[in-house]
Amino acid sequence: MTATADAPTTVAGAPRARQHRTMRKLVLGVAGILGFLATWQLLPTLGIVNPAYFPTATETILQLFVLFGDLEFWRNVGRTLTSWALGLLISTVLAVVLGTIIGLVPFLRRATHTTVEFLRPIPSVALIPLAILMFGYQLQAALLIIVYAGFWQVFIQVLYGVADVDAVARDTARSFGLSRGSRIVNLVFPTALPYLMTGLRLAATVALILAITAEMFISIPGLGRAIMLARESGQWTTVYALVIVTGMLGLLVNLIFRAIERRSLSWHQSVRGEEVL
Amino acid sequence: MTLYTSTVVTPRRPSRVWAKFGENTAYALGLPIILLVIWGVWSSISPAPFFPSPLVIAEAFIETWVGPAFFADVLPSLGRLAIGIVLAVGLGIAAGIVIGLVQWLRELLEPVFEFFRAVPPPVLIPIVAVLVGANDLMKVVVIVAGAIWPVLLNTIEGVRATDSVMTETARSFAVTSGERLRYLVLPSASPRIMTGVRQCLSIALILMVISEMFFSSSGLGYRIVYFQRNYLIAEMWSGIVLLGLIGVLLAVIFGFVERRVLRWYHGIKEVERA
Repeated sequence: MTATADAPTTVAGAPRARQHRTMRKLVLGVAGILGFLATWQLLPTLGIVNPAYFPTATETILQLFVLFGDLEFWRNVGRTLTSWALGLLISTVLAVVLGTIIGLVPFLRRATHTTVEFLRPIPSVALIPLAILMFGYQLQAALLIIVYAGFWQVFIQVLYGVADVDAVARDTARSFGLSRGSRIVNLVFPTALPYLMTGLRLAATVALILAITAEMFISIPGLGRAIMLARESGQWTTVYALVIVTGMLGLLVNLIFRAIERRSLSWHQSVRGEEVL
Repeated sequence: MTLYTSTVVTPRRPSRVWAKFGENTAYALGLPIILLVIWGVWSSISPAPFFPSPLVIAEAFIETWVGPAFFADVLPSLGRLAIGIVLAVGLGIAAGIVIGLVQWLRELLEPVFEFFRAVPPPVLIPIVAVLVGANDLMKVVVIVAGAIWPVLLNTIEGVRATDSVMTETARSFAVTSGERLRYLVLPSASPRIMTGVRQCLSIALILMVISEMFFSSSGLGYRIVYFQRNYLIAEMWSGIVLLGLIGVLLAVIFGFVERRVLRWYHGIKEVERA
């Protein structure tokens, strides 16, 4: 019965219906966030959890603004983002070079398969003790862990992407006598680009997680160490505020890399069934 | 393990099956053996203190992990990991189906969940440790709290993307909601759910290791850090190798389950590609 009422309006009322839907989504989303904050506020106030270790939402948000006025806080954000960016850069360059070479040569693909399948699942945090031994409590130790984790994300995607070249397109390029260099630039690169972008986005998220983990547990200056220091001195409001900051950074990194992905693939017609982290 | 299989590498028999088998084995084990040999030779020519030879590590591996340590440290760690993963996957799928099916609930909760997913999971460890205490429960809670988000959000997304024509068809054929869930919603969401589960596994393993490394007095992660602090280098390496083996084991189990669950899906993909 609603179908008969809706049917005539679908053509003329489509934009308004869509507007209505986005509006509704926005309102509900904001309501969800407010509801979450209200629950958070009530839990310690009503004494359901210990307020000493679980500060209220208002206290935490106030502390967040105190942090925003603190220069040391921004330095820590800078340090974390520096090790993140360095790690991401190194792992991406390594993965693209190795992934392209190995992906293009069938012999190498086959010969490296088991090695890759064994090395890839090793959790990079298992390497923390080794990193401490090799580099001490320094940035290099964090970089080793970040690069190890980020590398596989990009490498696997590039490996698949390079091998995904359309057979007809490849044969066409061959019969038109394109040189090897020109084939790589005009055929392999565009094919592998969507894969590379997916890998890059996954690696960016993973690199941030490991940058903060390394700071927490190898005590390298940055947001992670700030969390551990605040914990040791019992400043739980600061701990919660910093956790929120790391979440915001994660959200920001995800949004930026999603935007880059969409931008660089605006020419790409098909929507691939990509993995979303 | 690698020592006796290396004899199979060169096939003698003219039989095609054996030739094929030999070739595959050579490809599978060739590079790992070459790398191990290079490492072994290199470590005996110029001994680096932090890179003992593979033979020393293998010896330390057997000495350290075969015996009582396996029951005292490895099994409890694996148990906590398994409980954490089962809870994260179970809760994630159950909540994800409910939230994915109810539109207003989804729109209400999705922004909050997106934020939770963006929080790097290890920062939850200090908070959970102080709220729950440094015990077994804490480690399971940490694993669930960190690893549930990829499963939950992927399930929501998968359930939401159920083909609307099929839903309408099922409805007009008066398929009960239980059957609809079993034969339509779950299968169509399963590729996304499996993607979420794969990410969940690697996050869970990371959280198991870290929570034991720094907030525990037993378990695999604790052992590795203990060896490192006491400069028992070969033992530390053997722990890293063991973690690698656990990672590989998880990947193999996941691959097996995924092939079972998504057989129909891979079949469709192959047909589309052909």
